[in-house]
Amino acid sequence: MNQNIKFIQGNEACAEGAIYAGLDFFAGYPITPSTEIAEHLAARLPQKAGKFIQMEDEIASMCAIIGASLTGHKVLTATSGPGFSLMQEALGYAVMAEIPCVIVNVQRGGPSTGIPTHVSQGDVNQARWGTHGDHAIVTLTASNHQDVFATTVEAFNIAETYRTPVILLFDEVVGHMREKLVIPEPGEIATVERLRTSVAEGVDYHPYLPREDGRLPMSDFGHVHRYNVTGLYHDMWGFPSDNPDVVHGLIRHLVDKIENNVNEIALYKELYLDDADYILISYGSSARSARHVIETLRPRGERIGLLELQTLWPFPADIVREKCRNAKYIVVVEMNMGQIRQAVQMAVDDPDRVFLANRIDGVFITPRDIRKLLRVIVGKGV
Amino acid sequence: MERCRLVLSGSGGQGVITAAILLAEAAVLYEDLTAVQTQAYGAAARGGATRSDVIIADSEINFPKVLQPNVLICLTQEAYNKFSSIIRPGGLLITDTRFVKTQRKVDAIQYELPMYATVMEKIGKPIVFNICMLGVLVRKTALVKPESIMSALKARIPSGFLEMNEKALNIGMELVDTGSR
Repeated sequence: MNQNIKFIQGNEACAEGAIYAGLDFFAGYPITPSTEIAEHLAARLPQKAGKFIQMEDEIASMCAIIGASLTGHKVLTATSGPGFSLMQEALGYAVMAEIPCVIVNVQRGGPSTGIPTHVSQGDVNQARWGTHGDHAIVTLTASNHQDVFATTVEAFNIAETYRTPVILLFDEVVGHMREKLVIPEPGEIATVERLRTSVAEGVDYHPYLPREDGRLPMSDFGHVHRYNVTGLYHDMWGFPSDNPDVVHGLIRHLVDKIENNVNEIALYKELYLDDADYILISYGSSARSARHVIETLRPRGERIGLLELQTLWPFPADIVREKCRNAKYIVVVEMNMGQIRQAVQMAVDDPDRVFLANRIDGVFITPRDIRKLLRVIVGKGV
Repeated sequence: MERCRLVLSGSGGQGVITAAILLAEAAVLYEDLTAVQTQAYGAAARGGATRSDVIIADSEINFPKVLQPNVLICLTQEAYNKFSSIIRPGGLLITDTRFVKTQRKVDAIQYELPMYATVMEKIGKPIVFNICMLGVLVRKTALVKPESIMSALKARIPSGFLEMNEKALNIGMELVDTGSR
């Protein structure tokens, strides 16, 4: 038996992906349906000389990973809706202070404590706008364990490349389901390491002075350089500033570094899009049901295709518009009241062609649910 | 192979979910098949009817839940009452004679076997009831080889318990062979 082949839960696949990416610090507070991530890492991180800390709550968890990241670690926390709500303030701090970190939200039904053991995709807009103020954010998702692993590695890579928090938005079905995962050999998926400053000890280090390529090398906090980190608008020394030019420059920088790279950050998969009259757009576990519908209808001659989004934010609007240009109808398949549908409508040329196949009752959306809607749009025979 | 959709049901503590995981592990890790396993979380898993869905195939599995099982196993009356109606017409329904009195006529091949009673008589430990059930299942369906179940067990449990589990697996297979129906 090949030791790299595992039959595990999606949550464990995420934890393994994080370790592959170089995770060496986890702080979190267990919550259904994300608990297995903490559970798995509590066992695995000490084997890798990493640190696992169970914190008193999610506010502390988020703050702990921010601190650990500043000192030079690759960091992760994992939670679900209620905990993710508590993390929002510190998440904004990580955006403002440009601290690489990865936050997993294995979604369950909300609002509030909602429906803890059942599936939902209701936190898509919370991931985008949960913390206050104009900002950009990266949010990735996946529908199967191989992709959960790969997007987790990618989340760490993006966090380091752009010095930003990255949110992994999984859901109860993918998190709890068991299926095969082949753990790639080291080096098979590239990992991005921390860009550290070349400024020597005893020389002034400016934490927010970009290099020529625009990137900001970091110095492990508490080591050789002394510098300031704040959630206030700050200058290149990291000290608070209300100079309008500094404020304007920083907010533009925070947004532009993500939004200007939307196509580089965009991960997606497509199935039969070349000649598709009908396009399903889906993500996370919902995409599995969408794929099932397509694999059933294609052999019957239906020209139906799938665009599976793995990057939700920044929303890959140009890619969606381009892929959907020739489609007669676009059906967004998701388990919320149309959060990505809204983004798709804003992206495509003709928003009236965009429909929603959803389910909001805690039950996993079935291929039958999707076909029911197709029948309404297209008429009989689908 | 034909895609097989299974629902294993019973009550918490009977090892239904462990059995489902073992079966799927055997298929994926030792037979190079594709499998997906899901289970009901929440109130159903604490005293009520527990349920685990397994799909085994030789191709990609997208939709991971089972709506109409080819094979339904019910180890309690409550599970039987709740799930017997969802079986795929012509499917296979396996129940334990001690816990389940079959009532409705369902369009399925029904096997009512004294799995629990035989395990208690020959081994005396209810903990391997679920492995006996797996023995019945693999003998009836040939979904995976019994050796693959044993390999999956070896990777999961202390070696001191292997013999007892193997015995339970064999009891299950013998129950099918002796033809009690």
